[in-house]
Amino acid sequence: MWQVLKRIARTGIVTEPKPQPALEWRTDAQQIHAEILAILGRALAIREVDAGSCNGCELEINALNNPYYNIEGLGIKFVASPRHADMLLVTGPVSRHMEIALRRTYDATPAPKLVVAVGDCGCTGGIFGESYASCGRVSNVIPVDVAVPGCPPPPIDILRGILAAVCTSHPDDISADAESN
Amino acid sequence: MRFFGIDCEFARLDAPLPIFRARVDAVQWQDLARSVVEIHGQLVSLWGADHRAAGGGFEVSAAYRCADGLLWAYLALDTVQPRYPDIAHLFPAANRMQRAARDLVGFVADGSGDDRPWLRHDAWPEDYFPLRNENTGQERFDPAAADYAFVRVEGDGVHEIPVGPVHAGIIEPGHFRFSVVGEKVLRLEQRLGYKHKGIERRFVGMTVDEGARLAGRVSGDSTVAYAWAYAMAVESLSAAQVPERACWLRALLLERERIANHLGDLGALGNDAAFGMALAQFSRLREDWLRVNAKCFGHRLLMDQIRPGGVVSDPPRDARQMLREQTAVMISAVSELQSIFDEHAGLQDRLVTTGRITPDLARKLGLTGLAARASGGVADLRADFGWAPYGHIRFKPCSQQNGDVAARVNIRFAELFESLRLSDALLDELPHGPIHAPTVAPANTKGAGWVEGWRGEVLVALETDAVGAISRCHCHDPSWQNWPVLEHAVIGNIVADFPLINKSFNLSYAGQDL
Ligand code: SF4
Repeated sequence: MWQVLKRIARTGIVTEPKPQPALEWRTDAQQIHAEILAILGRALAIREVDAGSCNGCELEINALNNPYYNIEGLGIKFVASPRHADMLLVTGPVSRHMEIALRRTYDATPAPKLVVAVGDCGCTGGIFGESYASCGRVSNVIPVDVAVPGCPPPPIDILRGILAAVCTSHPDDISADAESN
Repeated sequence: MRFFGIDCEFARLDAPLPIFRARVDAVQWQDLARSVVEIHGQLVSLWGADHRAAGGGFEVSAAYRCADGLLWAYLALDTVQPRYPDIAHLFPAANRMQRAARDLVGFVADGSGDDRPWLRHDAWPEDYFPLRNENTGQERFDPAAADYAFVRVEGDGVHEIPVGPVHAGIIEPGHFRFSVVGEKVLRLEQRLGYKHKGIERRFVGMTVDEGARLAGRVSGDSTVAYAWAYAMAVESLSAAQVPERACWLRALLLERERIANHLGDLGALGNDAAFGMALAQFSRLREDWLRVNAKCFGHRLLMDQIRPGGVVSDPPRDARQMLREQTAVMISAVSELQSIFDEHAGLQDRLVTTGRITPDLARKLGLTGLAARASGGVADLRADFGWAPYGHIRFKPCSQQNGDVAARVNIRFAELFESLRLSDALLDELPHGPIHAPTVAPANTKGAGWVEGWRGEVLVALETDAVGAISRCHCHDPSWQNWPVLEHAVIGNIVADFPLINKSFNLSYAGQDL
C-alpha cells in the first residue's frame, strides 16, 4: 500500500488545461463566441460505437480517459447503454454488418441525440470507402452533428469535437453564460 | 528445396526470413499438413485467390511455420467446383479460415463438418464472392437476415447469455454467447465478422505504394507490424535491397509499438481486476510514449512510417537523446509498477489460475504469439529467424509457463523490459546511410512478408497483375488463431471474469474481420 501511495504522490496531478472546441468542424456553421465549458454543468454521457474502425480511433478515444485529459473532471463520462447517453461517438466506415446495430443504437438514444463521427473513416469512409461490405461515412447511416477528421484524430481533437457538438446543441446556454460573464 | 520427403520443389522467396513457396497437388496438400503436425509445426494462414483474369485459375494457399521457416503451399482448384481437402481436422484454427475462404472466393473444404458462413452475415448473398474476378466489390445487396446456428448446450439449469455485437465499453464489436450454470461458464461461442469492410477486395487494383496505407489500417494497434510485413512482401517480389538504416528504424518503430500496446494492456488489466491506480499510471506512461512518437516520427501510433523500400523519414536530430531519456524513465517507472503488481495480494488473487490455457492445449489449438509465450511457448520470429536487425542485437525471447491471466500479465512486463532494452540497442548501433531505396513491383509476381508484431505473427501474401498493380493481397492477423483459444480459456471460470480474461488476450476484431 505504501508503495502505491508513494507512486501516486510522486506522479502528482498531470491533468492539462482543457482545449478550445473545434467549432470549425461543426456540420452546422453557427457562430458561437463564448466560453463553452460552462455548458458542461451536468455530466455529458457518451456512448461509443465502433461501427467498423481499424481500432486506431478506439485507441485514441480510450486515451481520453488518461489523466492528461481528465475528461471525467470536465464532466464527461462514457456510459454502457445508449439509453443513458446524450451523445454517440461513432468510429469507422459503417460496415454493412454494423449498419442495423448502429441504427438501433441511434434509435435507443434519447434526445438531444448528439452524434460525433470520429476519424477520416467516420467523416468520409476514409481509405475503405463504400463497397459490398461498407456503407462508408457515418452520415450515410445516421445524422451526424460534428465530424472530426484525422487518422486517427489525436485525443485532443476528439475532445474538441465533442465540445463543439455540445456547443451546437446548447446555443442559448452559451449566450446566457457569455452575458453573465 | 524439399521438405518432409514430399516430392515437390519449394523455391525460396527473396525475403529476409526464410519463406518457401511450392505448388502442390491434392495428395501433397494433405501430406504436407500431416507432416507439419508431426513435427509440431503450426498453420499460419489459409486463403484463396482467383487468377482467371490473368489466364490462371483458382488457387487455395496454406502457410505453415516449421523450424526451417514458412512453407507456403498452393493448390490449383477446379474452376467449376473449387474444392480442396479440409485441414481443420489437423489444425483447429483452420476452421474459421476455411469458412472465410468460402465466403470470399467460394472455395469449399471437402470433409469439413462446419459449413456455416464466417465473415458473411447478411450483407451479401451466399452465391456472391467478392474476391472473384467477375465481381467489382461495388455490388450492393439486401438479403434477408439469416439465422446463425449457434451450438446449444442442453442440461439442467443451463442458460444462455448473449452479449454484443455492441459492447459496454470502448471496444470493438463482436458477439459472444455464453452457456452458463449459475455463475460458471460451460461454453462460449464467438461470432465475429461484424467489422468486415472488404479490405482484401479494396487492395485489388491499387499500386503497391497505395497498398501500404491500407495494410497499415488492417488493425490500427498493429499498424507498424502490418506496414513492415507488407513492405517486406513488396520487397520480396521486387528483390529490393532495403538500406540498413531503414531496417534498424523499422525495428525501433516495431518495438515502440509493442511497448505502447503492453503499457495500455497492463493498465487495462489492472483496472479489470479492480485496481484502478494501474490504469491511471499506465495510461499516463502510454500517453507520454505516444507524444514522443509524435515528436520523433510524426504520428502517435506510427502509422504510414514504413513504406516499400525503407522508411518515410529520419527522426529529427534531437530524437536520439529524447528517446533514450524516455527509455530510462520508462524502465524505472515500469519496474516500480511491476513490484506493486507482484506484491498486491488482492490483484494476484484475481489473476492467478484465471483463464488458464495449459501448454499442451496451447500447442494442440495452435495458440500463437504473446499468448502462446505465456503458455510455455518460445516461438518468436525475432529470435527464431533473426532477420535484420534482430540477428544483430541479441534479442532474448521471453516465456512463461502458467498460461493464466497472471502469466499473460508477466509476459507483458518481461517483453516490455526486453523491448525497452532493444530500443536502446537499436539507437546505439543505428547505422548511417540512406533510409529508402526505390522499389518497382514487377508484373505477375508473388511475395510475402512475415513479422512478429506485438500480438504475434503477421503475414502478408502479395501478388501483382500484368501491370505490376495488386491482384491479391492477403493479410493475416494472429487473432485468427487465438480467438478460438479464448473460447477454451473461459470454460469453468465465472462470467464476471470474462472481461479480464478477454483483455489478457486482447485480440483484434478488425484484424480478423478484414
Ligand atoms: S480514421 Fe484511421 S484510425 Fe480511424 S478507423 Fe479509419 S483508418 Fe482507422
